[in-house]
Amino acid sequence: MENAKRTPLYELHEELGGKIVDFAGWALPIQYAGISQEHHAVRNQAGLFDVSHMGEVMVTGKDALAFSQYLVTNDVTTLSDTQILYGMMCNESGGVVDDLLVYRMEENRVLLVINASNVDKDFAWISEKAKAFDVEVENQSDQTAQLALQGPLAEEILQTLTDVNLKKIAFFHCQEGVTIKGRACLVSRTGYTGEDGFEIYCNPEDAVDLARVILEAGADKGLIPCGLGARDTLRFEACLPLYGNEFDDVITPLEAGFGFFVKLDSEDDFIGKTALKKQKEEGLTRRLVGFEMAKGISRHGYSVMDGEREIGFVTTGYKSPTLGKSIGFAIVEMAYTEMGSAFEIQVRKKQLPATVVSKRFYRKNYKK
Amino acid sequence: MKIAEGLLYTKDHEWVRVEGNKAYIGISDYAQEAMGDIVYVELPEIDEEFEQEDTLCAIESVKAANDIFLPVAGRVVEVNEALEEEPEAMNENPYENWIACVEMADESQLKDLMNAGAYEAFIAEAEEE
Repeated sequence: MENAKRTPLYELHEELGGKIVDFAGWALPIQYAGISQEHHAVRNQAGLFDVSHMGEVMVTGKDALAFSQYLVTNDVTTLSDTQILYGMMCNESGGVVDDLLVYRMEENRVLLVINASNVDKDFAWISEKAKAFDVEVENQSDQTAQLALQGPLAEEILQTLTDVNLKKIAFFHCQEGVTIKGRACLVSRTGYTGEDGFEIYCNPEDAVDLARVILEAGADKGLIPCGLGARDTLRFEACLPLYGNEFDDVITPLEAGFGFFVKLDSEDDFIGKTALKKQKEEGLTRRLVGFEMAKGISRHGYSVMDGEREIGFVTTGYKSPTLGKSIGFAIVEMAYTEMGSAFEIQVRKKQLPATVVSKRFYRKNYKK
Repeated sequence: MKIAEGLLYTKDHEWVRVEGNKAYIGISDYAQEAMGDIVYVELPEIDEEFEQEDTLCAIESVKAANDIFLPVAGRVVEVNEALEEEPEAMNENPYENWIACVEMADESQLKDLMNAGAYEAFIAEAEEE
């Protein structure tokens, strides 16, 4: 832990009683009051997360959009200024280098927001691929702090701190220069919880003060600081994938069931398109499903069995705090992907029955 | 953090309450705090026999599954079924809510365990590192 990097909010986490763990080389709180309590706060009121560990790469220049289009699986040409989309960067075999948000700030300036665990790998990948384009790429991760204010009361709370009318920042849109208590921030209506909310990018020197004023502004509305534990249970229930769980460099977005974000029919080429097209034409051999268990709890990496035969693996599993049920995602052979299909999860020494259900465990509560 | 007097403890933060040749097993306040919100307890089967330090059962918090190791060898004679309905009771009252009771195979193994004072010192030392 001594070698773990600290975000600008590290001392505040300690002050607030955060239980600090090493996550992808960062010393961050897994929880403060408890994962369940924080989870429910975000579903019902609001929670504030430190997500300063996330990576930010700015792409500027004449080819900023063309390059982004080549880099990611989703269709960047559909974006207008200040609009955002979600997609993946794939390798040539169709595996996922990382998933990311693409912010079209303006025609010649695109912000890519990537996973903390992949910043070095991603930046090397992006820099290499950028050589063929008229763009500059800059890793701004260390100069950017990020807070996520999430939950149905997020807008009401943040609105008390800024003159900008937040209603005008639509879902998956952003605005630069939003002044929150005198501090200029980039604010987007995005998040990783399945609730309405904002991600706030700021100068690292401003992060502690911003976190304090936000927590203060929301204290009487049930806003509490939240850790990485609740971030994971929230994103999981809302069927938002996590790199390293639902996909990685050998699991494609199609296998992970996120083909919606892969525009194989678009005219433009992107890295991995040929391989993914071929995979789609030949048919998948395995795919992500949601499942439910009457007894026991599944965890990332557990085997999925049909009797003696291993037919897949669990990518994420929890007892869902919102639903109170034991649910999970698994990548299994195609023969087991129909709704109602049955298999067993190897939980320590026992094989416990599981049934395939819709992976939309929780209906997202976005303001669109 | 509370440490109950009169119990014996392991370095893995299980406790033992001895009644004759029977040993009731639970987890310490330190253990429940470290695990976080407990959502499921997978109890052992009655009559199952275990060696000392075998995995007796698992306690699942929101975040992860935690193995519970048996402090002394024995045969399971009772399990606390109430925990199946109310696993969170282990967070609230870790010393009241035992998990299982074994009939000890070798009572001399109790000398491998720490009393409350030794356990407190053990935690203090671990915290310093």
